[in-house]
Amino acid sequence: MTAILTNLFDGVAYGMLLFVLACGLAVTLGLMNFVNLAHGAFAMAGGYVCMVLVNRMGWPFFAALPLAFVSSAAIGIVLERTLYRHLYARNHLDQVLFTIGLTFMSVAAVDYIQGSSRVFINLPAALQGQFDLFGVGIGRYRLMIIVICGLLTIALQMVLAKTRFGSRLRAAVDDPRAASGLGINVPQVFAFTFAFGCGLAGLGGALSAEILGLDPYFPLKFMIYFLIVVTVGGSSSITGPFLASLLLGIGDVAGKYYVPKMGPFVIYTMMILILIWRPNGLFGRTAAR
Amino acid sequence: MFERKQLSHKATWAAAVAAIAGLAGLAPAKAQDSVKIGLILPMTGGQASTGKQIENAIKLYMQQKGDTVAGKKIEIIVKDDAAIPDKTKTAAQELIVNDKVNFIAGFGVTPAALAAAPLATQAKIPEVVMAAGTSIITERSPYIVRTSFTLAQSSTIIGDWAVKNGIKKVATLTSDYAPGNDALNFFKQHFTAGGGEVVEEVKTPLQNPDFAPFLQRMKDAKPDAIFVFVPAGQGGNFMKQYAERGLDKAGIKVIGPGDVTDDDLLNNMGDAVLGTVTAHLYSAAHPSQMNKDFVAAYKKAFGNRPGFMAVGGYDGIHLIYEALKKTGGDTDGTKLVEAMKGMKWESPRGPISIDPETRDIVQNIYIRKVEKVDGELYNVEFATFEAVKDLGKTKK
Repeated sequence: MTAILTNLFDGVAYGMLLFVLACGLAVTLGLMNFVNLAHGAFAMAGGYVCMVLVNRMGWPFFAALPLAFVSSAAIGIVLERTLYRHLYARNHLDQVLFTIGLTFMSVAAVDYIQGSSRVFINLPAALQGQFDLFGVGIGRYRLMIIVICGLLTIALQMVLAKTRFGSRLRAAVDDPRAASGLGINVPQVFAFTFAFGCGLAGLGGALSAEILGLDPYFPLKFMIYFLIVVTVGGSSSITGPFLASLLLGIGDVAGKYYVPKMGPFVIYTMMILILIWRPNGLFGRTAAR
Repeated sequence: MFERKQLSHKATWAAAVAAIAGLAGLAPAKAQDSVKIGLILPMTGGQASTGKQIENAIKLYMQQKGDTVAGKKIEIIVKDDAAIPDKTKTAAQELIVNDKVNFIAGFGVTPAALAAAPLATQAKIPEVVMAAGTSIITERSPYIVRTSFTLAQSSTIIGDWAVKNGIKKVATLTSDYAPGNDALNFFKQHFTAGGGEVVEEVKTPLQNPDFAPFLQRMKDAKPDAIFVFVPAGQGGNFMKQYAERGLDKAGIKVIGPGDVTDDDLLNNMGDAVLGTVTAHLYSAAHPSQMNKDFVAAYKKAFGNRPGFMAVGGYDGIHLIYEALKKTGGDTDGTKLVEAMKGMKWESPRGPISIDPETRDIVQNIYIRKVEKVDGELYNVEFATFEAVKDLGKTKK
């Protein structure tokens, strides 16, 4: 029984992490209809910024996390204004080629600057280890991930559903022409949203260094996972990718624990089954754009 | 018009070809007094640290010993194969056909070493393997000589050691690829033959994002120790999660071949790794004077400490130098391989030799424990198994 709960806890933490990493992609792919395969590069940038601040400059971990967000968002907005924006109107193949090229460049750049070996972020002692709660092993770091990501998800949902910016964004996505006719500055809304998504990825990258490992190949290794989350969750809302991340996180952990020989296949099998059942993802809009 | 344009193109080509031929014409005169070594290494990609260590070690050796041996100037040509066997093969072909190298050397991973084997046989030039560690490699060409190690060497020794030192139940966690399976099988053979029991066996995917569920399974199996083999780089993640999950407090030790606690990465792994017992060929803390000098020189030149890959490269280039001395500068591949067979020397890792039958390395395997020395983490050697041959060769 306690083994089940421990696994459930690990799975939720893993899923939450996947969500923070991938939800920016859900926004660019789903809301802005732009295929951004370089998403992982922004996550990696955040991770490395956090590592440099904490390990080399002695910042406290919790102070470095927001900066990971800010720096990835800043890189995001610069690239959006200079490069991405010219590709919004192009077809998906152009976008894929452009962003995959960007990914390879980021891999090479980080490899050149920081070297190819894996890096770790020095964590405060308070975040290390596990404590027992009614016999269930709770990892402190994983608990922190659940708390941070949980709060973020709620905040995101609120912003999208309740604020003026949220309604502008939804309007800009549904019909950019009508939205700009109503006086909404569509490019600005997109730029801001893109930067925010990149920032989230950066935060995710900083958080995942401890669990997934951070090296220059991060954007390529985890691209598949991001895409699975978005395809399974459908990309028209935040709830879809969120539930998909949780499902995949728990499924992956449980699969590896109970059937270790099949471990790596579980997540893909789940994806195939879900997509056969609902080709647009769990929460996808049925009417294609 | 079109006709003429094509002609002028042809003329340019002809001139270029003539120029290249002219250069090539000059080359043989020079080639008489130079020996070329084609070094094929992963300089980019996940295995890049291996390539960099080997390249550094070779540079260091040539700085120390000079670049002339038996009257010939040694010339190194480095090619990056990113540990992809197809690229290794192309690189080896270019080196042999265009650059007319006298040796090919390096090879970060087993598939790369195997891809070059038929070319070494055809061209009759020595292939010096400085990193890859699967047993079968030296059986694939009579021109292959190895200065690194085989996984069987360290895995069998740790199996024997564990069973004699009160470890009765072991859970294994190995990466699911050829070296991982080699490590697992040789360990199991020796550990169970001595009366030990493997209670849990998990193979993790090579691209493994999260060890948590596997480690939870290990913890619930309550073994005396976990036998681990994961590729360099994943070792740190493994050790961190091992400590996070409290396996160290549950009294479950970590044992394995020394790849997990490679000197290259050890210092960044954190205190969780303290007490890990591994069997391996080299530790930067090896107490000989030769190693102290080697580590000091390497640190001075490149700013970090050498790992076992660096030593493989250092000994590899030494072997090439010595073979050339023995043949008096004769670069005939068959004679060079003959010269290498049975060669014995003192390496930073301790006394080593080349087995004249298998052309594989014979070396001491040390049992080491991770300890803190002057604030840094080191593998401190506390027991030695002398002159261990490769036990993984196909039975004939």
